Amino acid sequence: MSDLTAYPVLAGRSIRLTRRNLDAVLTALVLPVMLMLVFVYFFGGAIETSTGKYVTYVAPGVLILCAGYGASMTATTVSNDMTNGIIDRFRSMDTSPTAVLTGHVAASVARNAVATSAVLAVAFAIGFRPQAGPAGWLAASGILLLYITTLSWLGAAAGLLAKTPEAAGGFTFAMLFLPYPSSAFVPIDTMPDWLHGFSDNQPVTPVIESLRGLLLDQPAGNSPWLALAWCLGLLAVTLPVCGALFRRRIG
Amino acid sequence: MHRAPEAEWAIRTRGLSKAYGSVQVLAGLDLQVRRGSVFALLGPNGAGKTTTVRILATLTRADAGQATVAGHDVLTARSQVRRAISLTGQYAALDEEQTGLENLRMMARLRGLPRAASRDRAQELLERFALTDAGHRRVSTYSGGMRRRLDIAAGLVSDPEVVFLDEPTTGLDPRSRRTMWETVGSLTQAGVTVFLTTQYLEEADQLADRVAVLDGGRVRAQGTPEELKKTVTAQRLDLTMAGRAAYTQLAGRLGGRVLHQSPEELVLGVATDGSAAHVRALLDELDPTREQVARFAVHNATLDDVFLELTHE
Repeated sequence: MSDLTAYPVLAGRSIRLTRRNLDAVLTALVLPVMLMLVFVYFFGGAIETSTGKYVTYVAPGVLILCAGYGASMTATTVSNDMTNGIIDRFRSMDTSPTAVLTGHVAASVARNAVATSAVLAVAFAIGFRPQAGPAGWLAASGILLLYITTLSWLGAAAGLLAKTPEAAGGFTFAMLFLPYPSSAFVPIDTMPDWLHGFSDNQPVTPVIESLRGLLLDQPAGNSPWLALAWCLGLLAVTLPVCGALFRRRIG
Repeated sequence: MHRAPEAEWAIRTRGLSKAYGSVQVLAGLDLQVRRGSVFALLGPNGAGKTTTVRILATLTRADAGQATVAGHDVLTARSQVRRAISLTGQYAALDEEQTGLENLRMMARLRGLPRAASRDRAQELLERFALTDAGHRRVSTYSGGMRRRLDIAAGLVSDPEVVFLDEPTTGLDPRSRRTMWETVGSLTQAGVTVFLTTQYLEEADQLADRVAVLDGGRVRAQGTPEELKKTVTAQRLDLTMAGRAAYTQLAGRLGGRVLHQSPEELVLGVATDGSAAHVRALLDELDPTREQVARFAVHNATLDDVFLELTHE
């Protein structure tokens, strides 16, 4: 069997499965948009930021949040495959497990690209005006894409680790939570001192700062490089971990 | 057992053992399955049937022993084995949210068929398994029987030499079970070797050329269904006694002649050749007053008897 065909075939499969799971797609799409509206209209008036209008500050944060929701679905889809027997069929057909997981990650990235565009469109409608030129957009999209890919692989690892699809969804809690103690929604210097050390040095903060800097055409400092290092570092750990988890699972 | 050249065997195992933790699931399993035959591995729940299938289908490694499938070693030539087999497990391994057609096309593509050929193959299999009308519906709308048929069809996209069916009819209604039996029968006409597991003796009796009774991780008996049936008393006269006292009294009188007893139902079984004369003589001998035996039945040995006898302890 030609191993390379398996990749597009299984990516197509995962995308088809995503499209048919409308509830999950809507959740991944509607929830971040709702949260953005909540932040902008309910909380935004009380939050002081350096970027003027709060929507300008928070929109990149919502993009990050959205990526978390989209990626957490990967955990569930991977866990489904592991628990419902289809993985045995794939293995007995000599299909590489990497192709199965990659298919889910590819679908997650595609799903997130759509969700991100929707969030951006709504943000634009309520007053978000990015200042970035083509280079800034390109760089921002690149970092966001890399971040989404990283989270999706983390989601896949959670899916391999969890015994049930429900538990798998729960394992991705950290992904959904990490944007809160970052500079995604409020500036870190408004948080208590003891939290600064964590918030300044966790992976979400450089990602969000790069997005904000690049989209608003402000100096982003070394954030893009830090973001890149975090994502590539996490990927370098997650990929072999996925391999090990898979082998442990099929024991 | 007949000696046959290596090429005649679709499956051979020697001394297969597997333990999960402290539980010894297989304890030295020896099996030979002839090419083009239907082989049934029969056993109660937990006998090691699924583990055996998983080892032969290269999904699980045995702790000890050897196995070849379609002439390839399951450990050292895993890819070759996988190319020669198909596996249908106990749980339909299909995408619920894809249609029957999409599932089959995907499997065909994964087996390396080009796009157009995959579509044709999928259509052809839907037709063969009477699923053409359902082909464009999602699998989640299928009945249990349709799912199993699609599941088997999915295994046939690449013309396997050996088809593993792990409890193919568990959970199916009687009609779907019949259809499944016909499906299995049609597989062998194409020269495919079928290795199935079942806990239903009737199924093994109906389908299999040879049966191995598995219990406690070992083969307790092996042979054709007929051969296995001969190992137990061919016919039995079961007497339902009129009361507890009559039961106890007759049981005492018969002693070692009792082949079968069920105190709850007040039934005692003794050997007979099944002829009217012998049954009449037995009744006269055991119930001279014609008051103690309420009913009787002549019982033909079934694989159930073999099964119960072999897996007794």
